[in-house]
Amino acid sequence: MTKSNFTRRGVMKTGAAAGAALATPTIFTGAVWAGAHTGFTNAPQGDTVTLGFNVPQTGPYADEGADELRAYELAVEHLNGGGDGGMINTFSSKTLDGTGINGKRVEYVTGDTQTKSDAARASARSMIEKDGAIMITGGSSSGVAVAVQALCQEAGVIFMAGLTHSNDTTGKDRKANGFRHFFNSYMSGAALAPVLANAYGTDRKAYHLTADYNWGYTTEEAITQATEAMGWETVNAVKTPLTQTDFSSYIAPVLQTDADVLVLNHYGGNMVNSLTNAVQFGLRDRMVNGKNFEIVVPLYSRLMARGAGANVKGIFGSTNWHWSLQDEGSQAFTRSFGTKYGFPPSQAAHTCYVQTLLYADAVNRAGSFNPCAVAEALEDFEFDGLGNGPTLYRGADHQCFKDVLVVRGKENPTSEFDLLEVVEITPVDQVTYAPDHPQMGGAEATLGECNPGA
Amino acid sequence: MDAIILQTLNGLDKGSAYALIALGLTLIFGTLGVVNFAHGALFMIGAFCAVTLQRILSLSHEVIDESRKDFLGNPLKVDIPYMHEWLGPDLGQAVINWSVPLAILFSIPIMIAVGYAMERGLIKHFYKRPHADQILVTFGLAIVLQEIIKYFFGANPIPTPAPPAFNGSFDFGVLIGADPFTIMYPYWRLVYFAFAMILIAAVFAFLQFTTFGMVVRAGMADRETVGLLGINIDKRFTVMFAIAACVAGLAGVMYTPINSPNYHMGMDFLVLSFVVVVVGGMGSLPGAVLAGFLLGILESFASMAEVIDIIPGINQIIIYLVAIVILLTRPRGLMGRKGVMEE
Repeated sequence: MTKSNFTRRGVMKTGAAAGAALATPTIFTGAVWAGAHTGFTNAPQGDTVTLGFNVPQTGPYADEGADELRAYELAVEHLNGGGDGGMINTFSSKTLDGTGINGKRVEYVTGDTQTKSDAARASARSMIEKDGAIMITGGSSSGVAVAVQALCQEAGVIFMAGLTHSNDTTGKDRKANGFRHFFNSYMSGAALAPVLANAYGTDRKAYHLTADYNWGYTTEEAITQATEAMGWETVNAVKTPLTQTDFSSYIAPVLQTDADVLVLNHYGGNMVNSLTNAVQFGLRDRMVNGKNFEIVVPLYSRLMARGAGANVKGIFGSTNWHWSLQDEGSQAFTRSFGTKYGFPPSQAAHTCYVQTLLYADAVNRAGSFNPCAVAEALEDFEFDGLGNGPTLYRGADHQCFKDVLVVRGKENPTSEFDLLEVVEITPVDQVTYAPDHPQMGGAEATLGECNPGA
Repeated sequence: MDAIILQTLNGLDKGSAYALIALGLTLIFGTLGVVNFAHGALFMIGAFCAVTLQRILSLSHEVIDESRKDFLGNPLKVDIPYMHEWLGPDLGQAVINWSVPLAILFSIPIMIAVGYAMERGLIKHFYKRPHADQILVTFGLAIVLQEIIKYFFGANPIPTPAPPAFNGSFDFGVLIGADPFTIMYPYWRLVYFAFAMILIAAVFAFLQFTTFGMVVRAGMADRETVGLLGINIDKRFTVMFAIAACVAGLAGVMYTPINSPNYHMGMDFLVLSFVVVVVGGMGSLPGAVLAGFLLGILESFASMAEVIDIIPGINQIIIYLVAIVILLTRPRGLMGRKGVMEE
């Protein structure tokens, strides 16, 4: 038998080397944009057109990505004349007739963002270069959206963002080739603040826990400004690492302050864990300043609410869309999706489905796949029937302006999908801001020039 | 003062999890000389034993309720758990609610089997290979295991609540004469801490007071001599691997009500547990436990807003900073002994 020659130093050295090797991002060598068609990147040549769906298929947001992919597949089916047509029937623009896009049958390729910017860029790039994707869409994180949007700008294709809520996507990082249907942090703040003031009063002291990355910062800023304008005071705002799983050491200090509201600027697993911890620490049973202690989650997702279980009951937040909406468009989409997959769609699925229809319609109206023509058709386009009421795709920043939903965790859910109830539909005027709003990058933020590539 | 008490309490439960994982890691280091990067995955598998038992106990059949409608306007399908039918709604629901404590019994045979299979099927082939090979193969195994869990359970966290009897928090403030609602501590975290202490004591008692444990300790100190005495030390070390897997698994089972389990929870704990082992002193079981609690508490204090205001970002690096300081001043770690695992 040999004696082990195991040493601390040896282990640390090999461990560090292995870790570094595993953590090194893929380095892409400079392949040239392959846009050798007619005047723009990946001009469709035959009787088909290829769209690139770039969603998280692995990693922490894989379930959300799977729901996005379901929605894209449904959209492609409807565009090609299959199924019941879904929202094509309720969409105010009537250019979509089940014959594909601009007469070309729709095909698609998928990529896995892994919710990592470099992986997302690599998969988008592969879909553009190898598969000839004319448009890239998807994603479930603002970091990824901003990175992929910049790549699409450079490549000369349109980027139709999926779930991305940071102000920066259409704020300081806006791009001429990028478009967002989903709402943003500013809108969440503007919609939530009046509801919170109404429910909890104007004399409140808020303590923020904020995920330490781009989306967290913009959400904290938006909610802080909006609630302070209502008379609330912000007692403290603490950044929490994105990798944090146990938030007890961040929750416990809240007990030592006179804060009577906890705002969790967290999403995904962070939200599930911080909310669960906050409830475990009895915050909701607490009385401070003669008032009940309250918790607020600015951005709600049904998929995440499921993870937090009964802890979401009675907690306010905002959302882009909810399947329980009674308008014709929402019902048509929920029916199509529910019939095909057996459960209602998430807000991520909704925004991705809508973005695909909006792109297809813009191409039809422009009569061209040229990204600059498509962008022009989308800019300042007003539409209805897609689930959020009358909506404007504002030309100045490529952000959709529509009503925002304020929701609350349901007290008596009837199923695992029935977790949120809509308490108010905040009208679009209340969430509209100037394109050069300071939270959106101020006067310096510009779209730049549209890039058709090639 | 209140804040100090609160953060110490907080550190204890986090420290409990670190200590339990590091204890298993040290046992495997000490006995088999293997760097097991898949140890976090064992913690995760334990947690998913609790999820699985919860699902088994909640198995149900659909009954169509004509009086209610689902989201498509069809008659609502209501799930009726078999437990409710067999034991009545009250007792049946109580059994489902107690799935996490019941999972302790459920997980023990599973974790022993997983540990045994892992050691005999894969790890034993790497005893004489370089440590880099061991790290790569066990890290690869950890990724495979977490992908398998993700395939079956999805990527989102799964709520696994504690029994209702343990919901809510204990008001320490009232106990020590402070204001009510200032020092709250969830009941389940107290349970977790107590459970960890019992488990740690059991492992130490097993090693200290049984013949089996004596042989293992002798083997850790001098494997060759024990072998020369005609004792099949390899077989005993395999059993120790299974025990270490079991300790990590039980730590995972009881952790589920604290944070909803997901497939990457093992990786979240793994790196920190390695730091705990190195700080505690490689091969030292008491060192692993001590360092686990110490680093858990330090991490808690570093997360206080007052501390972050003075040194921004300290919460993210405190453990590594302490590890560097300790290794510079005490290169063998807190309780590492001379000659143990050194060239």
